[in-house]
Amino acid sequence: MSELAIEREIDRSKMQVSDEVAIQISGMNKWYGTFHVLRDIDLTVNRGERIVIAGPSGSGKSTLIRCLNALEEHQQGQIIVDGTELTSDLKNIDKIRSEVGMCFQHFNLFPHLTILENCTLAPIWVRKTPKKEAIERAMHFLEKVKIPDQANKYPGQLSGGQQQRVAIARSLCMKPRIMLFDEPTSALDPEMIKEVLDTMIELAEEGMTMLCVTHEMGFARQVANRVIFMDAGQIVEQNEPEEFFNNPKSERTKLFLSQILGH
Amino acid sequence: MSTELAFVRTEQIPPSPPPSSAIGPKKWIKDNLFSSIPNTILTIVTIWLIYTVLMVVVPWMANGVWNTSSLTECREVLQGKTGACFSVLSERWNQILYGFKYPVDSYWRPNTALILLAFAAAPVMFFDLPRKMLIFTAIYPFLAYWLIWGGTILGPLVALLGFVAGGFAFMRLSFKSFAAGFFGAIIAAFAVWIIGGGLIPETASENSLLAAVPSRDLGGFMLNLMLGVTCVSLSLPLGIALALGRQSNMPLIKGISVVFIEFVRGVPLITLLFVASVMLAYFFPPDSTVDLFLRVVIMITMFSAAYIAEVIRGGLAALPKGQYEAADSLGLDYPQAMRLIILPQALKISIPGIVNVAVGLFKDTTLVSVISMFDLVGMIRGPILASTEWNGVYWELLGFAAFLFFVVCYGISQYSQWLERRLATDHR
Repeated sequence: MSELAIEREIDRSKMQVSDEVAIQISGMNKWYGTFHVLRDIDLTVNRGERIVIAGPSGSGKSTLIRCLNALEEHQQGQIIVDGTELTSDLKNIDKIRSEVGMCFQHFNLFPHLTILENCTLAPIWVRKTPKKEAIERAMHFLEKVKIPDQANKYPGQLSGGQQQRVAIARSLCMKPRIMLFDEPTSALDPEMIKEVLDTMIELAEEGMTMLCVTHEMGFARQVANRVIFMDAGQIVEQNEPEEFFNNPKSERTKLFLSQILGH
Repeated sequence: MSTELAFVRTEQIPPSPPPSSAIGPKKWIKDNLFSSIPNTILTIVTIWLIYTVLMVVVPWMANGVWNTSSLTECREVLQGKTGACFSVLSERWNQILYGFKYPVDSYWRPNTALILLAFAAAPVMFFDLPRKMLIFTAIYPFLAYWLIWGGTILGPLVALLGFVAGGFAFMRLSFKSFAAGFFGAIIAAFAVWIIGGGLIPETASENSLLAAVPSRDLGGFMLNLMLGVTCVSLSLPLGIALALGRQSNMPLIKGISVVFIEFVRGVPLITLLFVASVMLAYFFPPDSTVDLFLRVVIMITMFSAAYIAEVIRGGLAALPKGQYEAADSLGLDYPQAMRLIILPQALKISIPGIVNVAVGLFKDTTLVSVISMFDLVGMIRGPILASTEWNGVYWELLGFAAFLFFVVCYGISQYSQWLERRLATDHR
């Protein structure tokens, strides 16, 4: 929960929000047993938006983005991702999952496969990409996250920051139209947080639609075009980062901000 | 004050060799054998014990007699000296290995099958070998069946064709859905077996290239090896299916798997074998003759599959949930996620447990001797020890049986350790 300063200049030329809707959530509710985790979530994400979801732990922010690729099932309401509605239909779910990339807090790389195999597996098996092309694409994205020389190592041989960057490259190899980040830097040392954030900023600079659950308020301030604050399963406040940080409206938001930025 | 505390090193200390008391065999002996008084006593007692055992075993083996034709002749040759009567091994060598009914002029058939087994197993065991060798692995079971049992080649051919048809149907239909492919494959395979089985003439076996040998005539260590290899290779896929079934979200499949595993694990193998030899006939139509070997294979396979399923379930449970989520989030469907992500890791974790079951299973094949099949132990206890020439030669025979089993089991164990090292990718 720090505010890591982002030193570099951000190129905003391609960071444009279009009118096209990427994700539409309306009246969504979710329960774990009898516990009401997500309550009446309404959210529209346009293509090109970079949304940071913040909030205290247990507020349902991870659950929310995990609902977007059906890692969690919602019980009420509607989620439309890229024009496809998420229902219990497995075909729809697999289609949406192959369009939506996801990065996890603990990277979840496949330890029995090399970095290159991690990146080519889904394109080859899900997209039926020819192997040669899949390898070329994987190397392209590994170069982008600046670790092409580690391609033949195993995940266990890499540092945490490198692993997270591989995880990002692995998602990108599927050419997703939307990227979800579930606390991608929470398990990392400060030095490694920076390298992962740099990768995420580059992605934002290319106009990727991103939803990030993160405590990196520096990233939220500089990169996001909208910050959503959640508490107790509800969206409490959402605003442009400038307004959100300098002029929070809700008492709950003020308390949260004073706690994480106060020291 | 500060000048006394401050210290700056101006030159490096060069490395020097250790003193002679810190290296070499003398140091090793002192450290490991005679480091304290209790240690010294233990060392001396152990050396004395080893010496005593060797003093009995070495002359017994060195004085061993190899070429007499009965135990009494052995005793005459030895004239009261300690010595083994290994003649029983050389005289009954064929019976120990092949049983007493397998036709002598056909011994080359199981021998060939055993040599070919090495080629069939190699690409499965050592996956750096070219994948094309797997084609031979797929053909091998049918080839080996034909070699050992003989008879018409049409039988194994139809069986093979059934599997080919099933595989073909699966490839064509599984693009639509996995279930369609699965059931289509089963239907196609059975169609080929039933039609093909009907087409084979009743008399096909009479003038075949290899004379037919009934299962009753199989025996000796060959029977143990056959049961072991067949049951291990069948129970591994069945165990995987049961382990996945037990984890399934579908209540019916989960229920069937749980009941099967718990029931089979809760019953002694010997009762299952008695069921196979005596009672199973009641469950088949009266005129059907399901081979005794096949019945025993089914029972042992079920038994070890239940154990393997539990071992693999442990491996599946040890995987972090994130692996399932990562596979899901990349859009892999269930069969892909299992085959590419989950099972390779879960099986790797389960290797020691699976090998434990496999070794146990292989030794348990000797239990078939109690349902009057003449495997290695059955041969020793029955025809050999009961004969007038060799009545009373226990140590040599059972020691040799133990040695044969030890060689195979130790080999399996060494292979599994190599496999674990080869697959260790996470901590290098």
